[in-house]
Amino acid sequence: MIYVIVEHINGKIEDITYEMLGKAKSMGGGVTAVLLGSGVEGLASQLGAADNVLLCQSPELTEFNPQANCKAAASVLAGKNDSIILVGNTSMGMEIGPGLSAVLGMPLISYVTDISDGSVTSSLYGGKMSVQSAVDGGYIASVMAGSFPAESGMLEGSPNVESVEAPDLSDVKVHFVKLIEPEGGDVDITQKEVLVSVGRGIQNEDNLEIVQELADKLNAALSCSRPIVDNKWLAKSRQVGKSGLKVKPKVYLAVGISGAPEHIEGMKDAECIIAINTDENAPIFDYAHYGTTEDLFDVVPAISEKL
Amino acid sequence: MNIVVAIKQVPDLVEELELNDSGTDLDREWLKFKVNEFDDHALEAALLIKDAHGANVTVIALDNGLDIDKALYAAAAKGADRVIKVTGDFEGYVSTHKAAKALAGVIGTLGADLVMTGVQAVDDRDGQLAVLLAHQLGVPHVTVVTDIQVNDTSATVHKEYGGGMIGEFTVDFPAVLGIQAAAETPRYVPVAKVRRAMKSTNIEEIGGDGSGASAGTEVTKMYKPETGQGAEMLSGSAEDVAAKIVEIIRSKGI
Repeated sequence: MIYVIVEHINGKIEDITYEMLGKAKSMGGGVTAVLLGSGVEGLASQLGAADNVLLCQSPELTEFNPQANCKAAASVLAGKNDSIILVGNTSMGMEIGPGLSAVLGMPLISYVTDISDGSVTSSLYGGKMSVQSAVDGGYIASVMAGSFPAESGMLEGSPNVESVEAPDLSDVKVHFVKLIEPEGGDVDITQKEVLVSVGRGIQNEDNLEIVQELADKLNAALSCSRPIVDNKWLAKSRQVGKSGLKVKPKVYLAVGISGAPEHIEGMKDAECIIAINTDENAPIFDYAHYGTTEDLFDVVPAISEKL
Repeated sequence: MNIVVAIKQVPDLVEELELNDSGTDLDREWLKFKVNEFDDHALEAALLIKDAHGANVTVIALDNGLDIDKALYAAAAKGADRVIKVTGDFEGYVSTHKAAKALAGVIGTLGADLVMTGVQAVDDRDGQLAVLLAHQLGVPHVTVVTDIQVNDTSATVHKEYGGGMIGEFTVDFPAVLGIQAAAETPRYVPVAKVRRAMKSTNIEEIGGDGSGASAGTEVTKMYKPETGQGAEMLSGSAEDVAAKIVEIIRSKGI
């Protein structure tokens, strides 16, 4: 049996759950979805790809809670050490995966991009190395979003729903306060036909001028990878990737972006990806349609000039 | 309050990565290492708390036989009050499970209110440290944290979800936080200051035991994914390449 930890937020099941359900179903042997929450019976009917749903409800699970959800998941899955457990390599899954590994004493493999019989593949070193781990018996795989098609897990069906009693969660030391919705930016980068996206390769804030000029000429928006936001050079609303936004423009010009898995997750479905990066081994070239290793400080102004 | 920050070194991805002879690990002999960037953010987050409220900041790392001393001196130069090197059998690649056990054995004796470490590292094949460490210590955890406000007995933190959504939580001390990003860019410390710290700082060495803890699986193969497989590489001078890119963009009806 393969167990899939369901992720949901604001009453909506996240795509990663469907990606994992689809993969689990293709592996054969039966799929059980583990659904934690409060008043979430209704979500079970949206888990048609699963054969069974283990439903564990408690007021302490109303909103995701790092400690309470770990404890509940471990309680539901106790004694299932010989099974395969799939969690997302996501903000929620990064609490539950290691938590289950610690409590149940099961091996954990993270950054998982593929699973086959006896072997689990991870993407490590910023996507620069793939690593196969031998598996025999039960393990927990922390699956990278975008590794499997979500459509394959969005099936009609009526899984058996079994309610499982929640463990005592009164001693939990983490308390949910509130959800904060993202602030709208001046520009909605998800709606633009062309994005000029900039990464660490731009080196400093002053250099943003050359990419901004190019964006202006293309009537494009400027977007970016995480380090640019962490440096406060651009607003969070411009960030593409795992903790930023998912974008699907006609043209995505990746300037000085190496293509860490967290970034790829947000842009790999763009219609045409053009990557400019001096590192010929940069993972971005795996996903780009066109690439060049010429220096961005030469190429970008040259493009602007020709437009 | 007492804050402990766990840091580690990871291969610098700017360098070319080569495989060892058996093709199961990196060839570590010529690798350049640097402090995990998220650990740098964890240290910065701790120092910001110290600056604002006062705190004792201890930085701890496993002695991996590399240049960890330099990293610890740099931490001291930035403002860490105490630096500890955990000695033992930690050469080469150390699994996160083993690191968690060894670090917890020492951190457990330090009376920490908050333990902070980077949200992830590029070589975390068996999971990220923060949550494993929390379970070893038997304390609560929140990871993917971007904002921290502390009072005497608890912290209020922001945890990032996808799409820019944030969950706000309070967590009672003692606790472990996995830091995604500090509120400020990690501070820069000039080499001269690190040199001074080397003279004035005592790196404490404490024995650690990670035995019995492991990833639980073995690596059978490590390989470079075929880069550039998808991309048609544009050749010629920067001018030529720029002309081709303009052509491609135009062909998309832009």
